[in-house]
Amino acid sequence: MKQSHYEARFAGVGGQGVILAGKILAYGMVNFEECQAIQTPTYTAQVRGGATKVDVVLDKKHIEYPRTENIDFFLSLHQKSFDIYFKDLKDDAIVVVDPNLTPNIPKDIPQQVFLVDLVEIAKKEMGKALYAAVLAVGFFAGITKMIKEKNVQKSVIDNSPKGTEVENLKAVKIGYALAKEALKRKEDLVRLTLKDIDKNKL
Amino acid sequence: MKKNIKFYSGAELVAKAAIDAGCRFFGGYPITPSSEIAEHMAKELPKVGGTFIQMEDEIAAMGSVIGASLAGKKSLTATSGPGFSLKQENLGYAYMAEVPVVICNVMRGGPSTGLPTALAQADIMQAKWGTHGDHPVIALTPAYLEEVYELTIKAFNYSEIYRIPVILLLDELIAHLSTAIELPDKDLLVIKDRRKPTVTPDKYFPYDTAYGDVPPMANFFEGYRYHVTGLSHNKTGFPTTDPDLVQADQERHLRKVNANKGKIIDFESYKMKDADIVVFAYGSTSRAARVAIDNARKLDIKVGMVRLRVIWPLPEAEILKLCSKVKAIIVPEMNMGQLSNVIEKYAADRTKIVRINHVGGVPIHPSNILDVIKEVR
Repeated sequence: MKQSHYEARFAGVGGQGVILAGKILAYGMVNFEECQAIQTPTYTAQVRGGATKVDVVLDKKHIEYPRTENIDFFLSLHQKSFDIYFKDLKDDAIVVVDPNLTPNIPKDIPQQVFLVDLVEIAKKEMGKALYAAVLAVGFFAGITKMIKEKNVQKSVIDNSPKGTEVENLKAVKIGYALAKEALKRKEDLVRLTLKDIDKNKL
Repeated sequence: MKKNIKFYSGAELVAKAAIDAGCRFFGGYPITPSSEIAEHMAKELPKVGGTFIQMEDEIAAMGSVIGASLAGKKSLTATSGPGFSLKQENLGYAYMAEVPVVICNVMRGGPSTGLPTALAQADIMQAKWGTHGDHPVIALTPAYLEEVYELTIKAFNYSEIYRIPVILLLDELIAHLSTAIELPDKDLLVIKDRRKPTVTPDKYFPYDTAYGDVPPMANFFEGYRYHVTGLSHNKTGFPTTDPDLVQADQERHLRKVNANKGKIIDFESYKMKDADIVVFAYGSTSRAARVAIDNARKLDIKVGMVRLRVIWPLPEAEILKLCSKVKAIIVPEMNMGQLSNVIEKYAADRTKIVRINHVGGVPIHPSNILDVIKEVR
């Protein structure tokens, strides 16, 4: 792990799989990166379609206060979750949103924003929107370098239902490749689609 | 070398500890934020030959665990908020009939359906006085996942030792958070089982005080038979209105816990040696308190914490001592002052009680507690 303390938030609506994204990250950090991790999900009473988020606190030492305070990484797959959970971010935090489902991003925010078609890519490449959450963890790994790509893969295998391994591993790869491309961009608002990566090189 | 480290959620650990303590029956009705406990029990119990049943409601769920326990199976039910309210009548039945069961209540905001998915510590007094009449109460409040495992096992042990229902009070944050912890070696666990009768069925009385305050308990379907009722009863289990018998029995019930307080009371003292301000906390709130105390110590403020691992019975002697020693007791709670009301009575003007009460569903932040510490220094 690069930094001694790191806070990540994955947000979406119920059914998109963001809680699993948090688990994959926390599990991977604990088991393969020798780091402490606490994952806390928050959801609303509405099971499907209600705003939901998962916070992951990472630290090289014991984590006493388990909630996030200064978020380093924020990802949202939906406008509803963006509107509620876009808070407590550091000014230099990384912000990732799916622009098709999160069209309204405030213009004057200090953070660099990456607009990535996560849900569309998940549907097209893996056959289900659900894989957007795993794409998100792959993207996280590539852009933050907090966790190695191979360790995300190991965690995905341990945490995914049987029969979904191939698609999940592909999702990690695509997410990671998109992040590598994202790192080359310097503008405030970065737009990324499937066309930005060479699928043959995955 | 650490070997038994795995990634768990609080809810998962309640289920795991219950099974490791010998629990083989779960009767419940799903309700947020406790549902994950039922989910894990449904998955894990059949693997060890146990039985999981989803009942038609919380009232029936409480009835089912009482029945299963009478038949000799250690039993667990889990619920939250309104579900805990619904269980209260049968909870009283279990106290009266002296049936060991464990009730896990993952607290959420109330009253009524309140805040179903948010954090609260709203049922502290309901755990103590929720069911009518006088009854002995043991309630445990873990703050760390290691403690969830340890105290769930203790809850089962206390229920078996004293033949009473025991309440495990988790808050939403502790039930839902996941992290990696090391579990103790299973072979080193201390597991207690109810005392069984040594006499033949024809000589057995279920409430025979000749054996002490906790009479041996026969399992049904093993040749012993007795009458189970919520009415005041004599040693046979059949109802009585004999004033002397009823009086003696009520006193015995309370004595089961009161006479053993020394063994049950459980709290952690943190940086208390030289403290003249103390934070009195439990559950997840104590984790924010610990960070606040560490930060206050950097400012040379002499503050410590008493953290309750067991909230009922309270460490009365310790509280009384503190009241004469410190200049302020700060009580942060995710309710409107359920524990601070009690502490205030002990303090009786000898020290200042400062309350921090958050009920919006958002956890108390370390800075909220630090600000109060700075104010009272």
